[in-house]
Amino acid sequence: MYRYIVNRLLLAVPTLVGAAALVFLLMRLIPGDICLVRLSGGGSVDADALAACHADLGMDRSVLLQFLSFLGGFATFDFGTSMWSGKPVSYEILTRLPISLEIAVLATVVAIAIAIPLGTLSALRQNTWTDFVIRTVAIAGIATPSFWLGIIALIIVLDVTSAVSGTPWMPPIDYVPLWQDPVRNLSMAILPALTVGYRYSAVTMRMTRSAMLEVLREDYIRTARAKGLVHRLIINRHALKNALLPVVTLIGIEFAFLIGGLVVTEQVFNLNGIGRLFVQAVQNQDYTLTQALVMLVVAVFVLTNLVVDILYAWLDPRIRYA
Amino acid sequence: MSLALPNETLLDRSAAGRPFRRSLLQRVLSFCVREPMGTLGLVLVLAMLIAGLGADWIAPYNPTSNDFTAMTEPPSWAHPLGTDQFGRDLLSRIVFGARTAIIVGFTCAIVGGVVGLVLGVASAYFGGGVDMLFQRVLDVMMAFPLIIMALAVVAIFGTGVQNVIIAITIPLIPRCARVVRSSALSIREVPYIDAARTCGLGHARIILRHMVPNVMAPFLILLTAFVGQAILAEASLSYLGLGVQEPVPAWGLMLQGGAEEYASTAPWIAIFPGLAIALTVFGISLFGDALRDALDPKLRDR
Amino acid sequence: MRTKAALATVLGAALGAALAAGPADAAETPKRGGTLIYMIPADGPPSFDGHRETTFATTHATAPFYSVLIRVNPDNPSSTTEFVCDLCTEMPKPTNGGKTYTFKIREGVKFHDGSPLTSADVVASWKKIIDPPEGVTSARKSYFSMVANVEAPDPHTVVFNLEAPSNAFLPALADPFAYIYKKEILDKDPHWYERNIMGSGPFKFVSYEVGQSIKGERNPDYYRQGQPYLDGFVGIFAAKQAVRVDAIRADRAAMEFRGLPPSARDQLVKELGDKITVQESDWNCVNIVTPNHQKKPFDDKRVRRALALAVDPWHGAPALSKIANVRTVGGIVFPGSPLAATNEELQQMASFWPDIEKARAEAKRLLKEAGAEGLSFVLNNRNIDQPYKFVGTWLIDEWSKIGLKATQRVLPTGPFYEAMRSGDFDVTVEFNCQSVVNPLLDVAKFLPHTVYTENYGNYEDQKEIDLYNRMLAETDEAKQRDLMRQFEKHVLDTEVHAIMTPWWYRIIPHRSYVKGWKISPSHYLNQDLANVWLDQ
Repeated sequence: MYRYIVNRLLLAVPTLVGAAALVFLLMRLIPGDICLVRLSGGGSVDADALAACHADLGMDRSVLLQFLSFLGGFATFDFGTSMWSGKPVSYEILTRLPISLEIAVLATVVAIAIAIPLGTLSALRQNTWTDFVIRTVAIAGIATPSFWLGIIALIIVLDVTSAVSGTPWMPPIDYVPLWQDPVRNLSMAILPALTVGYRYSAVTMRMTRSAMLEVLREDYIRTARAKGLVHRLIINRHALKNALLPVVTLIGIEFAFLIGGLVVTEQVFNLNGIGRLFVQAVQNQDYTLTQALVMLVVAVFVLTNLVVDILYAWLDPRIRYA
Repeated sequence: MSLALPNETLLDRSAAGRPFRRSLLQRVLSFCVREPMGTLGLVLVLAMLIAGLGADWIAPYNPTSNDFTAMTEPPSWAHPLGTDQFGRDLLSRIVFGARTAIIVGFTCAIVGGVVGLVLGVASAYFGGGVDMLFQRVLDVMMAFPLIIMALAVVAIFGTGVQNVIIAITIPLIPRCARVVRSSALSIREVPYIDAARTCGLGHARIILRHMVPNVMAPFLILLTAFVGQAILAEASLSYLGLGVQEPVPAWGLMLQGGAEEYASTAPWIAIFPGLAIALTVFGISLFGDALRDALDPKLRDR
Repeated sequence: MRTKAALATVLGAALGAALAAGPADAAETPKRGGTLIYMIPADGPPSFDGHRETTFATTHATAPFYSVLIRVNPDNPSSTTEFVCDLCTEMPKPTNGGKTYTFKIREGVKFHDGSPLTSADVVASWKKIIDPPEGVTSARKSYFSMVANVEAPDPHTVVFNLEAPSNAFLPALADPFAYIYKKEILDKDPHWYERNIMGSGPFKFVSYEVGQSIKGERNPDYYRQGQPYLDGFVGIFAAKQAVRVDAIRADRAAMEFRGLPPSARDQLVKELGDKITVQESDWNCVNIVTPNHQKKPFDDKRVRRALALAVDPWHGAPALSKIANVRTVGGIVFPGSPLAATNEELQQMASFWPDIEKARAEAKRLLKEAGAEGLSFVLNNRNIDQPYKFVGTWLIDEWSKIGLKATQRVLPTGPFYEAMRSGDFDVTVEFNCQSVVNPLLDVAKFLPHTVYTENYGNYEDQKEIDLYNRMLAETDEAKQRDLMRQFEKHVLDTEVHAIMTPWWYRIIPHRSYVKGWKISPSHYLNQDLANVWLDQ
């Protein structure tokens, strides 16, 4: 098992380098650059100012040199400074991380708490009204654009509070850490967490249901049934454990992708998180910041996958880890 | 349900080649009885297909021509779903938007899904070095969240329907490949695959006859989900201003700007395109589920 | 020192310079105290250095921390011609045949670190703007090509010497980005002000939460007695318009200073009634449509003319003004300026013909003659809703009426400018947006790129350049206006180098408890917040 984990960690190296090369290339394929973005405030860009800006940001160096310095920096955990703000990239990211993580964790909790019991129930009561209702709720969750849901939810909160009290209310738009002001913090995080969590739980619920259905038809479950094992025991010990395999994959993948899902939600609620930072960095063509952010997501992704694969091996003895 | 009638040759073949099977029509009917939700989904999908394909005949107005005498009008007899900020008829734009949704949704899902299927199954089947290589490449691609990859692609190539399709398809491939692979992995270890291999069957034959059908259930769930995801991704890109562009009628685009600016004062501008997206994706998912139940080899004719 | 500063304030008032109460607030005595929370419609400024940046995100965040030499009158900011002293004591009359401007600097002004501000600091700051040292970026260097040198003969005198007299100098000098920095700091590190804030303005810097908010508190040593009225301010960054409107609705913020579309104004007024006050103004920004003269068939004057003739601003502008922040039909000069064309003068030019049927018939005839009937092309546009994309959608429909099929390609800022610079477009929507209304410099945008590097039309036109130079050298205002008409007609009608769309219209709905702030034709101007107070 240790060897497996060490192996997998070593395998992460080519993934990281590959991702580094890809993001480096992609960013430079985007026409224009950060200096054009920065200097275009009045509608035209002064040519001298542009040249000065290029020199200032080291963009007059050769592409290969830029790539090597990026890789070298990454290997030594020196991510450089944001080309846009001039602040260290680590500072830019760490400032945004708490709110994004908070919402990701809250959304995951919401998702798991709703999805696994309801998904299992839905499978056990296949083709009954319970099943239909649960599936409808789940599918509606997948079908609704989360930003639209967020916009509508926000407007409903505003309109309802306006109608009830005469003064419209909306969640705070500036972040306060949980330990400083828990009420303010949570009143900010709860709506986005529910919006994201609804979709997330819907996806997970469907996967739980279909995996459960699959497992319930497996021979060994029927054997268990034939042996006269208690229904609950069959579900918990055999069916759920095996059905969880794809569910765990999905939760893992979805968590790693939550950052991506947050991109749009953070815009709707004006959350100063990683997702919004990502969009800003790409649109500002801030190479260093985008590169660091991609590498962060890749690292999270690699780790999540490792954890998922280990769980796989543990949950399904049919898979060998070699 | 007459629209779902299969063509003659298909009927003939299934009748002649497999006399013990019920005809496709019977199967469709029995599908409807067994899967009421799937049928509802089918109806929704068909409605969208008809709207999209027949938009030129169905839409009461030109979806792109402005009418400054009828800006942001609430639903009325003249404009059943109201008008948008340019005075364009919302019903017409939604009907034509279905066409854009079909193009974006189906192209992305089919291209992304099929490429992913091939990679996923091959990766699981061959294992070893091939699997390793594929997985590394897919890991790299997966590491870019769909929306981020799409942002970069659109920034490079510019907006427009084709570029939006490229932007959405690329990130779908590894997602499909990975899920297919994990399903195929469990099957690879099942005795009958080993048996098939010892019988000396060729790779292609084992993959196509034994592995692909066995990963078909998760693949179909994914494929239907992809159609929906592609439509939703287009909406998200549009929300960020990087999707399909005016004046092309597209649902995601209609939510951009309008949905937020007028959510309180002219809610129909925000609500109807959102509903069109939600209902379509809802229908596709319902149908996909039912189809899966119907096609599952372990379930069929049981 | 305090008495001197007070005296200076009174002097300033006598000369019509800034004093707290403007005409509208004359009846009300400003109240002290409170914190103004406002939204900044951006993700954050690229840097704090006004000399280097061109975005309102920088001024909206940092103007309250700084003083400038001269500025538009904060109590009459809608005037396009009235400039008053901030750090100087008296607006100078030019001497030496209009080539020398001598400014007396206030005494007793202190930087926030307690050190005195002298003419050496003013000169060092202006030198950084006019002639930056190697490796330092100045975004407005080109505005000051007429300046020969700046010097400080004594600690309270600053002298600007010009190469030749110019009507464009004073408006350029009133630039709201021209913060006065401390010489000692600039000497040590000319980049220091990009990441740090230290000025002499009405507010002291408190904190900056990257991407989220900036905070300031009252400067107790501010040189205008009694100001600022606010205890402090908080600027919250929010790029999404809906968030900003919601925030004003829910009173999470009192206002924003860029400008909201009419729909937002109507919604806020409808719901909040007299709790909302709306200020509106013509805006010194305009979207321009530029055909790429190097791309066929736009090298053909007849095709460009057809594009112009097909557009009907007289009917389009009133309709667009209900949904987008554009409103006034105008030519190349800001409509509020004395140099701007009247409607009658406009109607002589293509794209302003009063009879649109006749114009479109002529457009079709020209297209047929040029063999470009039913032409399909791509309209390049920028990824900004208000008003770029609204204008783009309107234009495409207008062109469809003469059988042209345009599709829109929308790009984020960087790729957008790259496409224009490299000539990778058919027709592009672009914009011209200036702070102080200074038509003589602002219309340089329409000169060929050999003269004005950031003109994207890709054409040569010596006749146009000659016209412009004659206009620039002219100091008689009536003659100058006449030359401006000739120049305008040449650009918009004879050669059709560009097509104008309706000028932007600035709408600021704010909480009624915010007093003292007045709208101006530019969202860059009048942001030091010294005269703003809260009626709570």
